[in-house]
Amino acid sequence: MKYVDEFRDAKLGQVLAGEILAEVDPHRHYKVMEVCGGHTHSIYKYGIDDLLPDNVELVHGPGCPVCVIPMGRVDDGIAIARQEGVIFTSFGDMLRVPGSQYTLLDAKAHGADVRMVYSPLDALRIARENPEREVVFFAIGFETTAPSTALTLKRARDEGISNFSCICNHVTIVPPLKALLESPDLRLDGFIGPGHVCTVVGARPFEFIPADYGRPVVISGFEPLDVMQSVLMILRQLSFGRCEVENQYTRVVPREGNLRALEVMSEVFELRPHFEWRGLGFISQSALKLSDAYREFDAEQRFEVPGVRVADPKACQCGEVLKGVIKPWECKVFGTACTPEHAIGTCMVSPEGACAAYYNFWRYARQKETA
Amino acid sequence: MSAIDREERVLQIIETARSKRPRFRDERLTLAHGAGGKATQTLIEGLLVPAFAAEEGSPLEAMADAGTVNMDGVTVAMTTDSFVVKPLRFPGGSIGELAVNGTVNDLAVSGARPLALTVSMILEEGLEAEVLRAEVEAIAEAAATAAVQIVGGDTKVVERGAADQMFLTTTGVGVRDPRAQLAPDAIAPGDQVLVSGPLGEHGTAIMLARDQFDLDAEVESDTCSLWPAVDALLAAAGEELHCVRDATRGGVASALNELARSSGVAVTVREADVPVSPVVQAAAELLGIDPMYIANEGRLVAFAAPQAADHALQALRAVPGCERATAIGEVHREPTGMVLVETAFGGKRVMDQLVGDPLPRIC
Repeated sequence: MKYVDEFRDAKLGQVLAGEILAEVDPHRHYKVMEVCGGHTHSIYKYGIDDLLPDNVELVHGPGCPVCVIPMGRVDDGIAIARQEGVIFTSFGDMLRVPGSQYTLLDAKAHGADVRMVYSPLDALRIARENPEREVVFFAIGFETTAPSTALTLKRARDEGISNFSCICNHVTIVPPLKALLESPDLRLDGFIGPGHVCTVVGARPFEFIPADYGRPVVISGFEPLDVMQSVLMILRQLSFGRCEVENQYTRVVPREGNLRALEVMSEVFELRPHFEWRGLGFISQSALKLSDAYREFDAEQRFEVPGVRVADPKACQCGEVLKGVIKPWECKVFGTACTPEHAIGTCMVSPEGACAAYYNFWRYARQKETA
Repeated sequence: MSAIDREERVLQIIETARSKRPRFRDERLTLAHGAGGKATQTLIEGLLVPAFAAEEGSPLEAMADAGTVNMDGVTVAMTTDSFVVKPLRFPGGSIGELAVNGTVNDLAVSGARPLALTVSMILEEGLEAEVLRAEVEAIAEAAATAAVQIVGGDTKVVERGAADQMFLTTTGVGVRDPRAQLAPDAIAPGDQVLVSGPLGEHGTAIMLARDQFDLDAEVESDTCSLWPAVDALLAAAGEELHCVRDATRGGVASALNELARSSGVAVTVREADVPVSPVVQAAAELLGIDPMYIANEGRLVAFAAPQAADHALQALRAVPGCERATAIGEVHREPTGMVLVETAFGGKRVMDQLVGDPLPRIC
């Protein structure tokens, strides 16, 4: 496939692997966090960690928008989905995330009309086609997907579609990164920056990481060569003693971001004072809600929701796993109360979460270690 | 206790839990139970097999595509399958054609020559007769092509809303071919893994025909009878053909995982060798789905001893529709029960079984 295969060239991958090997100090252990779930997916899909030296460890960050949704919010969504006459829509992988008791797929099995959509515009189309039903979109995602929700709401208002509303769970990437960086036991050497988020917000919001916390950031694309090159760029910063935000993904990410997208976001959304993250707890100003101008489209206003906070199970140590303080198997509930089939914590929810990956593949990982 | 010992203990607990037969504890069925992944496996192994396999050694425990009954020295293979497809007609096929080929293929990949089918229909009140007539013709035509007789059947009409247009169930019998004893147990380290053609075409055609995605592409279902392919493999490799599966629900990835698990071997797949047409590749790329997990209705996976593999592959390629058959991997001893992929990019990863349907990703 044109414009895709070029970025998956195995020979170039080998060249990069060689350069990375030449760059590492064999006596040092490197921990690099890929912030975005999309990178985790690429790393897993292409087997990138397999091409890195043993002492370069990739740590999965908090940037999987599905995994960070707390149980209480899923419960709120299910409560709306079960109301008479509601068509409930969301992205595919959100449907399997457990609330305190059920997933949205379970709610569907109990008779709720839950539908998977590819874009919030699809949800709006469903609203247009079903004027007698209430159509609710469960909006999730970082700054990557927030503009499309904003645009959809703008269109709903322009067209006067009154049977459409949105339960807004959009989150912002900088606050959780700050929370991680503030942690005294943090053991990370650098960050692979979230390329898709940066297409919207640009590079500038990440400059505090090198400036205040002394860790390099490389904004990265999502093809395997992008990720490999970004790892190399981070290692080079470390070995030359540089510390800055570099942009590997120049073909897509403008330094200033996408001004039109930012504009529509600021019209439709405002910051929530605080928002709960699964595994990380409450983080202030880390999420978006609908602005007063769009209040009529806010499903949380339109419907009764329980709004009950469901605490992460006490024994769950996802926060520590995310910070790289403990390994998945060191968590008290790992593999016993918390399994991929019945996940408790964020790291077990998505198949690429650190715990789920370890649970499923440890024998392979062990074999590699002892080989 | 040292960290390594503690890790080992945690892993032992997991391993013990996983090696137990899964228990079916869900309160309600979800669509995941029908998707062919882990949830389906829990339903079958946790509820159905324990209930129906009364004595040890029941043919059910083999969990093959077809069961066998010994009748006066002749081994008869028998299988049944239900078909619920939306839309009923899609590029390259229809529910009627699927209903014949699906059951014929379950017999074929068990190493049995398909002989006869029965067809049951559950029809929704209000269904247009033209729609029914078209499917009846499709059934007759597919049966003629696959050289099986339709020897019986049943019809029920249910109230509007109690079925979605038309559900079909076909039951088939065949005679076990003496040239080989195909079974998961026969798979051995060194075996080559063959697929009979490009993957994911049926599932992609259905996804696009549902019109959910505003995607247009020229892709047709691969539905066909696999008996000619199995026949050719048996002729070429004989007893050195060890096992065959049709890669339906859950795709090749699920078929390989099931076999790796039940035969206690590891399978390694070379991603660069996996045949996928550019259209399917592009659709899968856009939807964020791996073609190896997409359903096929006319593609098989075969395990052949290394010395016979080349010959088997050549024979397979001579079968119409299987020109693009390819060797995609091989069987190893370790790590048992796992499927590994050597990615086209040069890395290695585990190709796991899905929990339910492949759901498109947001990020």
